[in-house]
Amino acid sequence: MENSLLLTYLLLIPFIGSIVLLFIKAKKENLIRYFGLGISVITFLLSLVIYFNFDSSNSSFQFVHKFKWIENLNIHYQVGIDGMALLLLVLTTFLTPLTLISSWTSINKKVKEFTFFMLFLELGMLGVFVSLDLFLFYFFWEAMLIPMYFIIGIWGGQERIYAAVKFFIYTMAGSLVMLVAIIWLAIHASNYLGKFTTDLVELYSVAPLFDLSIQNYLFIAFALSFAIKIPLFPFHTWLPDAHVEAPTAGSVILAGVLLKMGTYGLLRYNLPLFPAASLHFASFMSILAVIGIIYGALVAMVQTDMKKLVAYSSVAHLGFVVLGIFAMTQESMQGAIIQMINHGLSTGALFLLVGMLYERTHTREISYYGGIAKLVPVFSFFLLVVSLSSIGLPGLNGFVGEFLILLGSFKSTVLNSWWYTVFASTGVIFAAVYLLWMYKRVVFGKVINPKLDDLTDLNKREIFVLVPIVIFIVWIGIYPSSFLNVSEKTSDKIIEQVLELPKAELK
Amino acid sequence: MINIAIAVLFLPLIGFVVTVFLGSKIKQIYFFENIIMFLSLAGAIILAFFKLSSFGDTTISSEFVWIDLGNTPLMGDIKITLGIMLDNIAVMMIVVVMLISFLVHIFSIEYMRGDPRYNRYFAYLGLFTFSMSGIVFTHNILMMYIFWELVGLSSYLLIGFWFEKKSASDAAKKAFIVNRIGDVGMFIGIMMLYNAYHTFTFDEIFYQISIGNLPFNSEFWLTVTGLLIFAGAIGKSAQVPLHVWLPDAMEGPTPVSALIHAATMVAAGVYLIVRIFGIFTADAMLIIALIGALSALIPATIALTQNDIKKVLAYSTISQLGYMIMALGVGAYTFAFFHLITHAFFKACLFLGSGSVIHGMHNEQDIQKMGGLRKKMPLTYYTFLIASLAISGIPLTSGFLSKDGILAGTFAFANLTGHWLFPIVGFFVAMLTAFYMFRVIILTFHGEPKNREKYEHAHESKFVMVMPLVLLAGLSFFFWYTPNPVNPNDGWVLSEWIKAPELYTPESTRYDFMIPDEEYISHIGTSSEMMYSEKYAEALHAAHYPAMILSLLMAGLGILTAFLFYQWKKISVDKLAERFKALYNWSLNKWHFDELYDATVVAGTVGFSRLLGAFDLKVIDGIVDGAASVTRGFSSFIGKFDNIVVDGLVNFMAYLSGFIGLIFRRFQTGKVQTYLIFVLISIVLLLFLFKSF
Repeated sequence: MENSLLLTYLLLIPFIGSIVLLFIKAKKENLIRYFGLGISVITFLLSLVIYFNFDSSNSSFQFVHKFKWIENLNIHYQVGIDGMALLLLVLTTFLTPLTLISSWTSINKKVKEFTFFMLFLELGMLGVFVSLDLFLFYFFWEAMLIPMYFIIGIWGGQERIYAAVKFFIYTMAGSLVMLVAIIWLAIHASNYLGKFTTDLVELYSVAPLFDLSIQNYLFIAFALSFAIKIPLFPFHTWLPDAHVEAPTAGSVILAGVLLKMGTYGLLRYNLPLFPAASLHFASFMSILAVIGIIYGALVAMVQTDMKKLVAYSSVAHLGFVVLGIFAMTQESMQGAIIQMINHGLSTGALFLLVGMLYERTHTREISYYGGIAKLVPVFSFFLLVVSLSSIGLPGLNGFVGEFLILLGSFKSTVLNSWWYTVFASTGVIFAAVYLLWMYKRVVFGKVINPKLDDLTDLNKREIFVLVPIVIFIVWIGIYPSSFLNVSEKTSDKIIEQVLELPKAELK
Repeated sequence: MINIAIAVLFLPLIGFVVTVFLGSKIKQIYFFENIIMFLSLAGAIILAFFKLSSFGDTTISSEFVWIDLGNTPLMGDIKITLGIMLDNIAVMMIVVVMLISFLVHIFSIEYMRGDPRYNRYFAYLGLFTFSMSGIVFTHNILMMYIFWELVGLSSYLLIGFWFEKKSASDAAKKAFIVNRIGDVGMFIGIMMLYNAYHTFTFDEIFYQISIGNLPFNSEFWLTVTGLLIFAGAIGKSAQVPLHVWLPDAMEGPTPVSALIHAATMVAAGVYLIVRIFGIFTADAMLIIALIGALSALIPATIALTQNDIKKVLAYSTISQLGYMIMALGVGAYTFAFFHLITHAFFKACLFLGSGSVIHGMHNEQDIQKMGGLRKKMPLTYYTFLIASLAISGIPLTSGFLSKDGILAGTFAFANLTGHWLFPIVGFFVAMLTAFYMFRVIILTFHGEPKNREKYEHAHESKFVMVMPLVLLAGLSFFFWYTPNPVNPNDGWVLSEWIKAPELYTPESTRYDFMIPDEEYISHIGTSSEMMYSEKYAEALHAAHYPAMILSLLMAGLGILTAFLFYQWKKISVDKLAERFKALYNWSLNKWHFDELYDATVVAGTVGFSRLLGAFDLKVIDGIVDGAASVTRGFSSFIGKFDNIVVDGLVNFMAYLSGFIGLIFRRFQTGKVQTYLIFVLISIVLLLFLFKSF
């Protein structure tokens, strides 16, 4: 059974939910919380329906729904997913209810607005992953900034205004370049198609035929926007600020899903649309990625704020993803996709844990802690598992992604040098250094700070949030095939689009 | 067979999971872990019995597809398989692992009693045993790496078990990170193999190499690949220069040191080299032998002066592992593995013995504060003595057989290649070993007690602690391995079970003596000894008795010196130390490895990271903020321009029209006669103007 309306329903649920929410009285905070949670859970359940109806042996877009939206410009509302989008989609609907539960008590002012923005945000994220029309994609891409801007700006920490504005303007600047590129792309494509269209599927067939110089410009414009979002070195400095200031839920969504939009964008737009340019820039992008891996890890090592440490670790982890994308081998591409999911789970969980600690002590300074293993054993257990997953310990999810990426980049004929892999591998050492060092300073040792004495361990609600994430961390680590199978055809197809299409045309 | 192996592999995992999750709820759950361990041991013994008795040399293996990346149009089928392989080496190793693990479990029941995290401790032991079994059973190098990291984790957890102590948590972190450095080398080596052969399976890699398919089609890269993988062994087996983590790892509970940091996990590096022995070129082997020799020598010189009983044993472990690595480097493959087994038993006995002493002395570890314990703890003393005799290589012990084999191997190697460094180091270290072991024995068990109060309270340990000691000491005698106390080759362990390794490297990259010659080929089937060629067989045979006598002399000399120094006090140790102060301090301070690393690698990395952190904040973020403030500055300029110039112009126009209006207002008098006059003047002016056209 393939119902083409399912994706539209998926978008409508958080949309209608957020509208209805506006009619609930702001005083009924608990009702609002339960309502928001209910909506996000329904969204999650629907995404599961989609997951189980998805045919992973089929490489084309599924659940496609299309109708005319702006007649004059030939712009369509068109949604559909492939395996990669499906995984990210489910990750989004999976994390959203968890973040809502996690902020049950920590968000206690303007609950209504917060819940509204979270649902709105979910809508934007889902929209980005399902759009098959460049205009629609751009619409969601920008729309998603607004709730995030408010979430950081209203419920954030001390420097929240600075961080929110920086986040907004930095990403906005990137996206405007992309908007220009989208228009240029559509106009230029009309020379081939005979009509102006922003339909991605149609553009897939003609954009690879563009001259290399035009492809290069378009590639740069798209890649700049995505690089800021990922964030790729050296466009990463908004991230530590945004993470540190954002409330826990914001950080989790930011790290868990928002950053993936950049790498998703590279895979969905840059590679298939501009294959020649992608090959041209592969080395350059990979060098930036490798710098990011080492640089992010080293800078993370010397952070004194836990959230900043995790934020810089994201730069390193996303570096692996970008390296995997531009190595363009089956191993590395699959590794990159699974690593996107892994990072969402591990880093999301790390932010949740730091947030839970922050809620109790109101500080994220590493030096404030020490010896809490004795006081909060359950917390320490979860922090250990999640840190190990982030370190890339075999048996947990992080290893699978990094391993496949390194394996693929090593044998990549596109990069054609294994120095990328050798340098990237050192990131594996540094990851162990900064995370275990933090773990040691926070969890091990004797309790020196007397203020920590009344620290309470995780409650049932918090455990309930973490357990599902840990289950997936272990599952992906032990049997990644259940997830790799879903995205297998997608990465096949992308590689084919990059490596085979131009060749076919040249003949 | 495979089913038994799977059961042996996963039982400890079940033990771990159950114990770790029920540990805080059910107080007696550790008992479950111990039963599980017993079952695993039984399974391992059954497995080994069947394999060795009825399967001969056939290798049994089974695999499944772990990751299937499908059939891609451009890159073909990509499948990553994991699996189990049972050969003689694997089943012997698993029995060693399970037996020692079981004995350590039993020992710990008493040793760890009263610990607040008692159950957790047993859970971690289960996790370790599971991970170690994975290393032993694997049929491919990827799975080896996976479990390699997992033993690293259990080692981390157990070293840092008493995490309240800063030294313990520091040591745990150090162990993990130093191991990771080696592991990255190993990982890159694995990727080189995968890149060349698109498989991780040992058999397939070996086959490809044997048909002359080399990484990057070059012998040089085959050497590099081998050495990169060896880097993993350097880390795990604590070889120089990555040995610094092992002495610190003694912060863990003593039974853990016995199991993980003496008998099994640290031997995994040796096991790895044994597994892939056939792919090392002569160049690679020479470097391996060199690393092994350094690791045998340097820690042995450090062990001479250490006062912490566990530190002495830790350095001794590195030194003995160095022996094994060196043995592999010089081609004495069977003796390396044989020494791995004998060492596992007598070193576990020594560590558990030291645990018994520490327990009896209420957590005293300084041998300078002990003495005279022989009377108080007779069983501990005698078992410790037997194990010490074994490690020193005294006849009738297992260590005598295996160590002699290694020394004979280095002798033969030197004879054939001219590298005399290895036998010299080997024999010298044999003397050092005997000396420092008896130094420990004399200071701990002989003489007068130095601390009366502690001595008075000292007591022999309970049965569950002494029983493993007795068993392990029993296993340190020769008769388990061979009926002939002077020739290990007469026993079935060496003649039947550990078979000559197959070599896969191109003959041009091997030592001459490792290329089978015609005489040797004609002998195959008649000789059961491990040989590469007739030439080597003769050299080894010739080296056997000279090496035995020389090693006995060296050991005797070491023991005698120890007695002269510490028992009979004929030579004053303090004066000697004063006389050779520089040397003494050099040894006491462990060759300053830690200080060197702290000053260079650690300080360098942290310093560089701080610099990068500042760079990130000031420069990269500075550019972003700079761009923002330039924009703001420009905006405010535009704003001013807008305010003053553009808006000024607008205002000026308004002002101007107002001004003009002010002038013309005067004409608006409201009187008809004035207007008429204006009309008149206008008409006259107009007429005057138009007249000219």
